[in-house]
Amino acid sequence: MHLFFEQLINGLTIGSFYALIALGYTMVYGVMKLINFAHGDLFTLGAYVGYTLLVVGGAGVGHHFGLWGGMVLAMGLAAVILAVVGLLLERIAYRPIYASGRLPVVVSALGASIFLENAMMVVWGPRYLAYTSDVVPSAMIRVWGINITVLQVMILVLSFVLMGALYLVVQKTTFGAAIRAAALDRDTAALMGININVIIVFVFVLGPALGGMTGVMVGMYYRQISFTMGWGYGLKAFTASVLGGIGNIPGAMVGGLMLGVVEMLGAVYISAAWKDVFVFLVLILVLIFRPNGLLGEAVAEKV
Amino acid sequence: MTPMDRLRALPGLWKWLPAVAAFALYPLAANDYLLDVAFFFGVYTLLGLSLNVVLGEVGLFDFGHAGFYAIGAYTTAILNTLYGVPILVLIPVSALAAGLFAYLVVSPVIHLRGDYLLIVTIGFGEIVRIGLINNPWGLTGGSNGVVGIDNPVLAPGMVIENSLGFYLLIWCLVALSILGLENLQRSHIGRAWNCIREDEIAAKATGINVRGYKLLAFVLGAALAGVAGNVYASKMMVVSPHSFTFMESAMFFCIVLIGGMGSIPGVIVGAAAISLFPEVFRGFAQYRMLFFGAVMVAMMVFRPAGIWPCRRGFLKMPGRPAAAGPRNGSA
Amino acid sequence: MGAPEVEAMEPARIMTPPADDVLLETRGLTKRFGGLIAVSDLDLDVRRGEISSLIGPNGAGKTTVFNVVTGIYRPDAGEVRLGGEGIGGWKPHRIVARGIARTFQNIRLFPEMTCLENVMAGRHCRLAAGFWTALLHAPGQRREERQAVDFCHGLLERVGLERFANELAKNIAYGSQRMLEIARALATRPRLLVLDEPSSGLNPRETEELIGFLRELSAEGLTLLIIEHDMNVVMGISDWITVMDEGRKIAEGTPEEIYHNPLVIEAYLGREDADEEGD
Repeated sequence: MHLFFEQLINGLTIGSFYALIALGYTMVYGVMKLINFAHGDLFTLGAYVGYTLLVVGGAGVGHHFGLWGGMVLAMGLAAVILAVVGLLLERIAYRPIYASGRLPVVVSALGASIFLENAMMVVWGPRYLAYTSDVVPSAMIRVWGINITVLQVMILVLSFVLMGALYLVVQKTTFGAAIRAAALDRDTAALMGININVIIVFVFVLGPALGGMTGVMVGMYYRQISFTMGWGYGLKAFTASVLGGIGNIPGAMVGGLMLGVVEMLGAVYISAAWKDVFVFLVLILVLIFRPNGLLGEAVAEKV
Repeated sequence: MTPMDRLRALPGLWKWLPAVAAFALYPLAANDYLLDVAFFFGVYTLLGLSLNVVLGEVGLFDFGHAGFYAIGAYTTAILNTLYGVPILVLIPVSALAAGLFAYLVVSPVIHLRGDYLLIVTIGFGEIVRIGLINNPWGLTGGSNGVVGIDNPVLAPGMVIENSLGFYLLIWCLVALSILGLENLQRSHIGRAWNCIREDEIAAKATGINVRGYKLLAFVLGAALAGVAGNVYASKMMVVSPHSFTFMESAMFFCIVLIGGMGSIPGVIVGAAAISLFPEVFRGFAQYRMLFFGAVMVAMMVFRPAGIWPCRRGFLKMPGRPAAAGPRNGSA
Repeated sequence: MGAPEVEAMEPARIMTPPADDVLLETRGLTKRFGGLIAVSDLDLDVRRGEISSLIGPNGAGKTTVFNVVTGIYRPDAGEVRLGGEGIGGWKPHRIVARGIARTFQNIRLFPEMTCLENVMAGRHCRLAAGFWTALLHAPGQRREERQAVDFCHGLLERVGLERFANELAKNIAYGSQRMLEIARALATRPRLLVLDEPSSGLNPRETEELIGFLRELSAEGLTLLIIEHDMNVVMGISDWITVMDEGRKIAEGTPEEIYHNPLVIEAYLGREDADEEGD
């Protein structure tokens, strides 16, 4: 029984990663109707930025600010840097292509993804890099007989705070209503006076920023990073956003958490080798019975 | 008129003359290495053509096409190494296996909206790849794959075993495929596919069995990919799951789009771009893929319709000129 | 309208329609979208060889009826019968093969295909060629294609669009696009042609031409069912009119009867109605 709860915590932790990355996909898709294939690579870049800040030069940042201070600083800087990269990506690879239709944007996104991935390889080298143990909290605590690491607590708390904040902004503020309107029907929203450019900047800043922070967290959790990380996480996160209903922000959060739990439980109770297959089967079944995802709404086409 | 328009205007099969001439003359100038390069160019062309049926003609987002390619390759590999079935006999068998697989897995999801179908096809591709790695029933050899695949035998004593032989084999298959696909494109089937791509509801209301034609496209596309898998397996003599990743599927997608969606000559050009580009830049090693990604982005910025976009209006009333100029082929 | 006159009349039918040869009928047809009841318990009759109109204020459910009849939606309750055969819940392409063709309120052509190809799309369901004959470009298939091209070209001539045969559908004028959509529908050789607001967006001259063309088709024996807002068109060509409001049938009869029906007048004038013509 304790094992189950520990696996549940593990699942929720991974699920948080998926959820935060999925938010990037879903926000961009909702407003731009574009699948940002490069998003997984942005997340990876965050992990590398964190590595550079924390580990390079012998525990650089952590040395000066302490373990937790270093972490905060690393995540903050990763968020900022990724926000800038995200905006550049939009300007260079997407904005000139919107008018040409949806498929050219897909190819461009793939090209950007290849570019970013290989750029990271060129800069940081092809080998795995490690977040050394002195920059990562290693303490473990015991709650009701369940072992849980301090790092996991921090990740879960931070993730839920971030998701909660975003949820409140999107559901309860006027700006959030503007985002939701733009996601439903961009042209009409623009006609209603909503400044779409501001919204585009917002999603391309916040999505990558969240992704970057998640990259640092993943680096600390798994300790090993590589430039191909983005592919696996990106696909899972994208799956999560589709599961929740693509374009739906609470859906991405639910989808991500669910995916993490399903994957973890599948790995432990069914088979680790087939866990990804299991995840995809769950997705396919959900879509067969709910073609618009768990929380997605069927937007009927006027015939 | 541009040179391309002049080429298009040639009647019937004559427009293929330059390509056929190049194909026939190439081996005279090429060594084994270059013939191998041309072989892989041919494989990518066949794969591009197979995806073009689904993506280019019907407009369905298929991002798991490498899965069908893998099914074809592994069907050939397993049946040949376990039961000694000859390679050429396995061409239709692989096509059938891949087509049947496509029919079974795509039927339940064929009605899904574009982006959802995309993620589901990615899922299928991954399921195939992971399945192959996990070596169910010990058939697939796991991560190391299947080894010891034969060479194709045309007749007793006539074995295709060198670069020239494989080059001829793949390009003959490509030529046959192009013949068939061009016929389909001009027929009511090609029209039905294009109608579905343009407006699915209007297609339904006009009497087209949308579900049936979508499935047909997937099955045909899978079958052709299966054929490519067969030839690939025989040439490499080894198949492993690492050749059938998502990145492969993404490359097929790019071949169709960079060449020009729905356009058969475009697919050839796209396949050339994708398979020859890394060769050209071999010297640059590390920076090669960097450049490749940048070029992809640049291509979409400056020429989103593709290098050789599809020209609409196959049906011409005799004696009447068609609307002038190539049109933007993307939806 | 005097209130006493309204009370004296029956709410729905004024006259029972003559029990002639009914081509299309619905009985108790109901369609819901979530909580919204778009069509409620509708009994509709369309008689062979006649021009029937379906009118009513915006949102009355007329297009939904069309969508159910042509198979785009499944009915939640009730029956739809074509020539006595139940077609409720059938897939659209099967209904087209049985003989119902339609046009759309917001023209739905295949914009990147030529006008000829658009009409050829309509011919699709009448072609016998299969996959293998197409793949091999067999002589039988070649012949059938040639015949189809001739037939469709003839249809284009009929609607006056033969000069646009090789022009992309998106490039021709709006009025021509409407006629092209009708030509495409005719290519399916329907028994019943269902038109959703065919005169919408047409200028008076084009509307006149349309009316003339529809009369011609009717004279040749084709049955027509039309949704229209333009009262000139409705009154001018209809043999029978059914009026809907809020998903229900509120009246039916000849143009003369409908014109004087107070319920109909109230349904139209009691709402924001954009169409001011012909009252």
